[in-house]
Amino acid sequence: MARIAGVDLPKNKSILISLSYIYGIGKVQSSKILDSVGIAYSTKTNDLSEEQILSIRNEIGDNYSVEGELRSQIGRNIKRLIDIGTYKGSRHKNGLPVNGQNTKNNARTRKGKKRTVANKKKAV
Amino acid sequence: MSRSLKKGPYIDFKLEKKVENLNSSNKKEVIKTWARRSTIPPTFVGHTFAVHNGNKFIPVFISENMVGHKLGEFAPTRLFRMHSGDRKK
Repeated sequence: MARIAGVDLPKNKSILISLSYIYGIGKVQSSKILDSVGIAYSTKTNDLSEEQILSIRNEIGDNYSVEGELRSQIGRNIKRLIDIGTYKGSRHKNGLPVNGQNTKNNARTRKGKKRTVANKKKAV
Repeated sequence: MSRSLKKGPYIDFKLEKKVENLNSSNKKEVIKTWARRSTIPPTFVGHTFAVHNGNKFIPVFISENMVGHKLGEFAPTRLFRMHSGDRKK
């Protein structure tokens, strides 16, 4: 059982995929990490030696921000936008799309599930 | 797409000049401006700008962590007045 950055990695997957279970690491970052520590992508997570796991752990600890650290970093960035009073900050606060998307329709990812408006006037 | 690094940040020329004049004479004055697209360089910190939002001028005091943003980001152009249903609450 490999445990890296507070996440249990799945046993029977290749290490390339396993690492992507960590928040902040996808396939691209995963491949970069594996390249720099010199482990083949296709190695099963179970077959890794303790040393290899340790080297991956160190590599991530030194050069990548993941999980809680990354989340708080993102939160801080958003909070900064809100605090200095930017337009972007206000969009974050109001739960609306930030990057200039239309909001007449759609935008449901940001706006959440549809709320039906009671007694909304229908066009005559 | 972001602006080419070769060109450097866009700073409104006239505005920069005005700020330089104020800095060299150590005065603080509210500067009216329409240059919403101008980036805020470090020299602007501590000044107050009246940024036009299409209707009137919004006073914006530049603090240190505003550097690198555009002036227009601090003067919203739209006014949202609640949906009619929400008013009663």
